Amino acid sequence: MLILTCPYCGVACDETELSAGGEAHLTRHGPGSSDGEFEDYLFMRENPRGVHFERWRHVYGCGKWFHAARSTATLEVFGTYSAQVLIPPDDIRAAVSAKVPGWQWRDLT
Amino acid sequence: MSEAVSALAGATSKGFVDVTEVGLVGMVTVRGDLGDAEFGKAMSAALGVEVPEARRMLVTEGGKLLWMSPDEVLFVCAHAQAEARISTLSEALDGHHHLVANVSDARAVFEVSGTGSAVREALAKLTPADMRPSHLPVGEVRRTRLAQVPAAIWFDDENRATIVCFRSVAGYVFGLLAQASKPGSELGHF
Repeated sequence: MLILTCPYCGVACDETELSAGGEAHLTRHGPGSSDGEFEDYLFMRENPRGVHFERWRHVYGCGKWFHAARSTATLEVFGTYSAQVLIPPDDIRAAVSAKVPGWQWRDLT
Repeated sequence: MSEAVSALAGATSKGFVDVTEVGLVGMVTVRGDLGDAEFGKAMSAALGVEVPEARRMLVTEGGKLLWMSPDEVLFVCAHAQAEARISTLSEALDGHHHLVANVSDARAVFEVSGTGSAVREALAKLTPADMRPSHLPVGEVRRTRLAQVPAAIWFDDENRATIVCFRSVAGYVFGLLAQASKPGSELGHF
């Protein structure tokens, strides 16, 4: 069971109150991009064993999208943060580093 | 104008907690930027109550104001007064980006009452939300799910909780609550 704290309403939500939104921090490539970029955007996803960043929606509550940093191996949650950021904020990255030294996700460490 | 009726016409169930469909209740949804001080001031003036903090419920003369999300509050009042409240609110919020809607007839409201921790026990069978008094104190609103459907729960006092769900699932929620409160099925957990 996964329990994430919604950063907007502060409620500790059970997994069944949330809707999973897939990988976080994707860059959208649309009209004008190359075929390679569009393919990456549409199909290519991280599949890590360990630290992962995801989008979730508090669908049975306040209805807001947010981000979560968690481990796919242990289900440990490192933190949740606002949807209005392009990369994980420093405090979240520090929280991950404290638990998993030397982690890497895409080009983030 | 047709005569308004509630979803289950005041159905009741008796068990280790009592479940009652409350009947007609007025509900006005207000959406807008609650973080905007000017918006908050205009809304407070129209309703006569401050903007509630996150998850809180404020009781005022003639109604309750419930925090629903960072951009939504729900005003609960008498069914007949909802339309008048809407005119007051719309006037007060003119010029702000907002939405005011009468959702009274889209919802069903139940009251669950019992002694001790019986109400929390019955609800804990149906929702993943933490029902301990430390996590859902009186005066706080929890939007969550009851079995398969969305619902909002708050405690008016330790022995009485109010549950709001969509009208279309009123029968389902009533059945759930009645089943969860069958005599002999007490958990004794809290």
